[in-house]
Amino acid sequence: MMQIEVNNKKIQAEPGEMILTALKRAGIHVPTLCYLEKLPPAGRCRICVVEVEGRKDLVTACSTPVQENMKIKTHSPRVLNTRKKILELLLSNHPDDCLYCVRNGQCDLRQLADEMYIRTRDLPRNVKKGEIDTSSLSIVREPSKCILCGRCVRVCAEIQTVNAIEIMQRGSLAYVGIEDDKGMGESWCINCGQCVVVCPTGALAEKSHVEMVKDALGDPKKYVVVQHAPSISVTLAEEFGFPVGTDVDCLMVAAFRAMGFDRVFDTSFSADLTIMEEGSELVHRLLHGGKLPMMTSCSPGWVKFVEQFYPELTENVSTCKSPQQMMGAIIKSFFSERENIKPEDIFSVSIMPCTAKKFEANRPEMGRNGVSDVDAVLTTRELAELIRLYGIDFKSLKPEEADDPFGQRTTAGKIFGASGGVMEAALRSGYFLVTGKELEDLSIEPVRGLEGIREAKIKVNDLELHVAVTSGLGNARKLMDQVRAGRKDLHFIEIMTCPGGCIAGGGQPRNADFEKFKARAQSLYTIDKNEEIRVSHKNPSIIRLYDEFLGKPLGEKSHKLLHTHYKKRELYN
Amino acid sequence: MSTTPSPHVVGDKEYKLSQQLKDKITDLSAQYPEKNSVIIPALHLIQDEFGWVPPAAMRQMAQLLNIASNTVFGVASFYTMFNNKPVGRYHIQICRNIACSLNGSKELLEHIMKKLGIQIGEVSNDGKFSVSTVECLGACGSAPVMMVNDVYYENLTEKKVDQIIKSLE
Repeated sequence: MMQIEVNNKKIQAEPGEMILTALKRAGIHVPTLCYLEKLPPAGRCRICVVEVEGRKDLVTACSTPVQENMKIKTHSPRVLNTRKKILELLLSNHPDDCLYCVRNGQCDLRQLADEMYIRTRDLPRNVKKGEIDTSSLSIVREPSKCILCGRCVRVCAEIQTVNAIEIMQRGSLAYVGIEDDKGMGESWCINCGQCVVVCPTGALAEKSHVEMVKDALGDPKKYVVVQHAPSISVTLAEEFGFPVGTDVDCLMVAAFRAMGFDRVFDTSFSADLTIMEEGSELVHRLLHGGKLPMMTSCSPGWVKFVEQFYPELTENVSTCKSPQQMMGAIIKSFFSERENIKPEDIFSVSIMPCTAKKFEANRPEMGRNGVSDVDAVLTTRELAELIRLYGIDFKSLKPEEADDPFGQRTTAGKIFGASGGVMEAALRSGYFLVTGKELEDLSIEPVRGLEGIREAKIKVNDLELHVAVTSGLGNARKLMDQVRAGRKDLHFIEIMTCPGGCIAGGGQPRNADFEKFKARAQSLYTIDKNEEIRVSHKNPSIIRLYDEFLGKPLGEKSHKLLHTHYKKRELYN
Repeated sequence: MSTTPSPHVVGDKEYKLSQQLKDKITDLSAQYPEKNSVIIPALHLIQDEFGWVPPAAMRQMAQLLNIASNTVFGVASFYTMFNNKPVGRYHIQICRNIACSLNGSKELLEHIMKKLGIQIGEVSNDGKFSVSTVECLGACGSAPVMMVNDVYYENLTEKKVDQIIKSLE
């Protein structure tokens, strides 16, 4: 450790770190726009400039390393004036139609304009133009609102290694675009929405389904059901001012009923169902010489990633539909028959931490007889918008329980929301399927965690099962390259598209840092620790569903309703 | 981006990288630690072949190197030395920086455009000429300067330009 002086006060700094890192630790706020946690600094936007004694020019705090006894001023008159000027330049071509903007009230740029005390327009206006790109099923781009901070491009290239978007041209002509000026829907985009999470303005947003859901709720002929993904109950809280990681499961159920949803189901239930099918599939592959390593299929961004970048590995991906699509399928089959409601009269909504789920719900194979299994997908952020639209005072709601027959879950289904959760749940039930006994310790620590590639070996009778878990497609690429190069020791791999898993998904509340991700994940593991039923195969509702309808895992009905297939996608065309 | 065939291409021949060109690009990639470093030299090879960097050719190059085509398009559109649209058989680039401007490059540009009947970025109907401005060519001592394809022409006057254009066949 060494000392630096900031605003006449001594603070500690570590050799080699950037000024911004030291300032953050000391609780000194400097605005940033292009900065991204866990990536090397870009130094593009210049808004974080500070004054360093002895240096002629202002320096960017994000990309300037600290030096022993450095004297820094973070809010001197010169710094404040410069920052304001930088921001004014950014604003001078920004279409300030804030009232109608998707980021109304939640815009980093607007917040910065307030912070920098911008009250007058001193520069001539030259508002950016650009057509809104609605070609993607998941993401809408509004180029006129882009301030070229480059965060979306960097997340896409450096964390996800997808490279769907790129900065084209340069200088005043520069824009975030796609080769041949194609739309996002025709690009390499795998719909993860990590770009949407980091965008500081309304230039990138999920394709909203709020209006669709509102219309369905207002239509007396529609029977509107909703399912909510495992991670939603531990992230929605942030939208309503609860501490990060608060579990608001039962308040959320109450909110759904207050808005007029006819049935409230829990996607963690169909996560349990996924485990029954996927666990059985793994056992089947192991015993009958199927393709190994088997890879999870819950995360639709990852599924498209494999289809595009590793088409020769699509057979390794589990044929199980994701929990969203399993729930969608049994709602419009079993539930529809049981309740005597025609599938076309049911409007099936899912609440997902994810923008890629919108794409997944629209895949042509996800439905029967021209009726799709899931009709609308809302992100966590859109759910908060819907709750506000209906004027619900979230904090004053009384807790309520989800509905039968798909409202009961185990904690195994619940931990799907964190990276490693699917693996842990699958191992708990897979072990039971093979040995007829329960694992001695149900908590499988080696597969937990939000970063890197984690591997574990579990002894199941005579077989030592070798598994790997990772999240973030950059990590997935490393693992896939190993498999492609002939690595043979792995039996089962869990991949989540977003770094950290669904709790850090592209549809989750913004402005979350790694600490918040940890708190969200911890909340899921606390639920897992405190509840009684922690294995999917003991879920009474699951047992009943197999008894009354499905028969057995991998049976004929399962094959028809709960399993799917993939396609190889051409790049470079 | 325009997909009109370059005057370099006869008939409807597609922008296919020849095996020879592919081999050259593959050889290049052995010389760099990272594949992305090959983009600029490979774009030069493509431009030498077609006169510009056609989208289809850039995609084939990306596929060959197993990199993102978007990255290649980003690089090609960043550097003005890469022609993102077809150019004439003779591509005239006239310097617009300070020394050349003081010595009349702007008037020369007007003269050339009038003479050839084309504007900046356009190709003459017979596919022979195209014209663009360019940043400093590093020959300020003999301003005004222009390049025709890879050849420098210095100390230009309108008369000299007329002679040069006439000599290009």
